[in-house]
Amino acid sequence: MSHLNNLSPIIAILVAVLVVLGSSLALLGSLGLVRLRSFYQRLHAPTLSYSYGALLIIIGSMMMFSLLEERLVVHELVIGIFMLITTPISLLMLGRAGLRRDRDAKLGHDEIVPPRISPGAGIEIPARDLSEYGEGMMDRRILSRSAKVEGQTDISTDEPGGSD
Amino acid sequence: MNAMLVLQYALSYAQIAMIIALGLSGWRMLYGPRAQDRVLAIDTMYINAMLLFLVIGMGNGNVFFFEGALVIAVLGFVTTACAAKFLMRGEVIE
Repeated sequence: MSHLNNLSPIIAILVAVLVVLGSSLALLGSLGLVRLRSFYQRLHAPTLSYSYGALLIIIGSMMMFSLLEERLVVHELVIGIFMLITTPISLLMLGRAGLRRDRDAKLGHDEIVPPRISPGAGIEIPARDLSEYGEGMMDRRILSRSAKVEGQTDISTDEPGGSD
Repeated sequence: MNAMLVLQYALSYAQIAMIIALGLSGWRMLYGPRAQDRVLAIDTMYINAMLLFLVIGMGNGNVFFFEGALVIAVLGFVTTACAAKFLMRGEVIE
């Protein structure tokens, strides 16, 4: 590592602190992805590595290459701005897809594209119990209501306090 | 000379930490209970690989690892958007 000898010691210590902090926060984000218990909790954990990990490592890299080449090197900012734009979009789409899939599984038309089921088709699929996939993934009222609907044909007894 | 050694150890620690983070998110991708967990884990793996490329480029003093990191970031966004659209609607382009 001969190129590191051209750095001044203060900048070297500063870059070392930035890189260690950024990689530790990214490691914490992946650890949270493993440790948390529900999908909606797990959605928050990798944002540590999306925001803080990428930001600190990019700042350290910019500082180090600017001092090595003795000019202003800012091309890491492209990655930073790209991450800043694309991370909310992808996580928002993923969260909405998860909500849609969970609602379909709770209402009982899982694994079948919903517009293809007409109400009078006679297809009766029971609601799935999602409670082993995490906390708060299933409320018991929908399960009991679908069991009740199977018994009687009148669906007009809806509770006013909806389940969503 | 001592500060160089500190920076060298810090870069080695950062590479090892990013590899461990890749392994953890790979575990979630293999054992995730539902499909959206796996997609989220693949997105995290892309970001961790991008940061690993940046750290390797800093350790080598090579600027060209930056372009690999940029390609990985773009591919990760496209992959996550397509997979989320597929999970949402059942089709990617409709």
